[in-house]
Amino acid sequence: MSVDRLRQLAHRDARPRKIKADAGTCPKCDSHYSADEMQRNLRVCPACGHHFPVTARERMEQLGEPGGYVELWPELRAADPLQFTDLKPYAERIADAEKSTGMGEAIVCAELEVRHQPAVAAVMDFTFMGCSMGAVVGEKFARACDYAAQKGLPLIVVAASGGARMQEGTLALMQMAKTVIALDALAEARVPVVVVLAHPTTGGVWASFASLGDVTYAEPGALIAFSGPRVIEETTREVLPEDFGRAEAQLRNGQVDDVVDRRELAERIGKVLHILRRPEMEGNGSTASPALQWAQGGAQKVKSMVGRIRPGSTDGEDA
Amino acid sequence: MSDRKSGGRFVRKVADKVRRTPEAPEDDLWESVQLARHAERPYTLDYINRLCSEFEEMHGDRLYGDDAALVAGFGRFHDRPVAFIGQQKGRDTNERTYRNFGMAGPEGYRKAMRVMEIANRLGIPVVTLIDTPGAFPGASAEERGQGGAISRSIQMMWRLDVPTVAVVIGEGSSGGALGLGVADRVLMLENSTYSVISPEGASAILWRDASKARQAAQAFKPTAANCYRWGVVDAVVPEPEGGAHTDHEQAAEILDQYLYRALTELSSIPAADRRRARRERFRKLGPLRDPEGGMGMAAGRETPPPG
Repeated sequence: MSVDRLRQLAHRDARPRKIKADAGTCPKCDSHYSADEMQRNLRVCPACGHHFPVTARERMEQLGEPGGYVELWPELRAADPLQFTDLKPYAERIADAEKSTGMGEAIVCAELEVRHQPAVAAVMDFTFMGCSMGAVVGEKFARACDYAAQKGLPLIVVAASGGARMQEGTLALMQMAKTVIALDALAEARVPVVVVLAHPTTGGVWASFASLGDVTYAEPGALIAFSGPRVIEETTREVLPEDFGRAEAQLRNGQVDDVVDRRELAERIGKVLHILRRPEMEGNGSTASPALQWAQGGAQKVKSMVGRIRPGSTDGEDA
Repeated sequence: MSDRKSGGRFVRKVADKVRRTPEAPEDDLWESVQLARHAERPYTLDYINRLCSEFEEMHGDRLYGDDAALVAGFGRFHDRPVAFIGQQKGRDTNERTYRNFGMAGPEGYRKAMRVMEIANRLGIPVVTLIDTPGAFPGASAEERGQGGAISRSIQMMWRLDVPTVAVVIGEGSSGGALGLGVADRVLMLENSTYSVISPEGASAILWRDASKARQAAQAFKPTAANCYRWGVVDAVVPEPEGGAHTDHEQAAEILDQYLYRALTELSSIPAADRRRARRERFRKLGPLRDPEGGMGMAAGRETPPPG
């Protein structure tokens, strides 16, 4: 599909959305909040710091600049290749989820700016069938990778998922391969991938694109695991520590780069994208490596700095 | 190979039979699951030892330990070097425990990646044999990055320049199976299963009742014929009459011919084209509901069968 067609599709859904914020009680400390307070505080309890779930669209608003974001491919919908029925037909589950969330699927992709850093974001929404990954999530994620690569923009992924969507059977499993392969378009375009792990990121999503970020942040308290604690306890009869698989434990385990409070998340993403930003990303979209750029740009600078730096050195230690 | 000629005739006979299987009634899906897990079914090393004139197993991931649930090494196949990697189940209680029921941990996938990297560097094709109820669900596995080990194994298989073939030989369940499943050609033995989760796991999660495994199998339809129809696998490898467990020799002989043919075909394709096709192969999997049409609609070989 051409970029123009993508843009066309993107702009078709560029209308702003109103976010509904619910009043609530913190499950950790029992504090009560009004809907407004909740939204203003990015759905983090001001008293104890407990992180509440955030819908994908609200997350986009939290990360993006005022003026919002441009949603991509909102029209994609799930099929029912297996005519699957568990306690309820899959087709019915999908229809219910579409109705109750007002979303077409469990992932929202958009182009936005995070603290003045243009990026493409793929944000998962746990309210839509536990944000399980079926063909639509896989396809939208893969398109987001291609789109970001074509435009030379970094990709921000906010993951939150129960894993593969079982109702799509073996084809859901294949989305793990599809998403991992798609990520390499970004590698070829030399743009970074920042992954944010929200509660919970488990199963096939953790075992595919969510664990392949160049920079990986986790929200406080987020469960990050391939197998959830219940499955592990039932299979191995292990007694698990209370913080098993939680963001803080996974930081200790070396599985994430940092645990970042949601109220600082946009700032941190903006900062790391700014650091990783190449000079040519401002302009011609060339994919020359930063190392090469550094060598070329550095040569000029070194000349002008002769006398301050030892001859032959290209370290540019004061750059 | 002249001593395998008789097997060729047999393959054609069985292949005819398999081509008819998609039309067969699907009320025996639980039986398929049982057959895929048959205690006498040939396991990864049973195949490797029959496929290879010589085989040297490699141990350890060079980071933490060795995982007996996944075997990896290099063998001579039709007098050429081939890397073989696969989950290994055990046949008696001791061996089952030693092999952890074919449930690999991060060390297993990292050992697999280590062998893949060597194979790629030396220009040696990679064959994976999939037989697992899933990756190991344990606290230690999680601490050492089970998720990242599987995703990186998927990533490495996609990035390989050498020809790759994956074969589901028994039970292929969950990300633990897919960790070895991204290849140029994916084959599936006639009586094997390939699914997003084991029927027992699905039963507990979707039906909230551990006794609904039979129903789950029925809903997932994880048979070779269905996976072929969905485009998940490229060919169904026939088994001896009665199933692979009745005749390990013949099962291995049939697989030998399929592997030989696949590797021969793949080797004549330039590496860049092979990788492009590998990407497309997985990219198109997963049908979408799309009223407008023409939006990269992904489809299998035919409309998937109605329930």
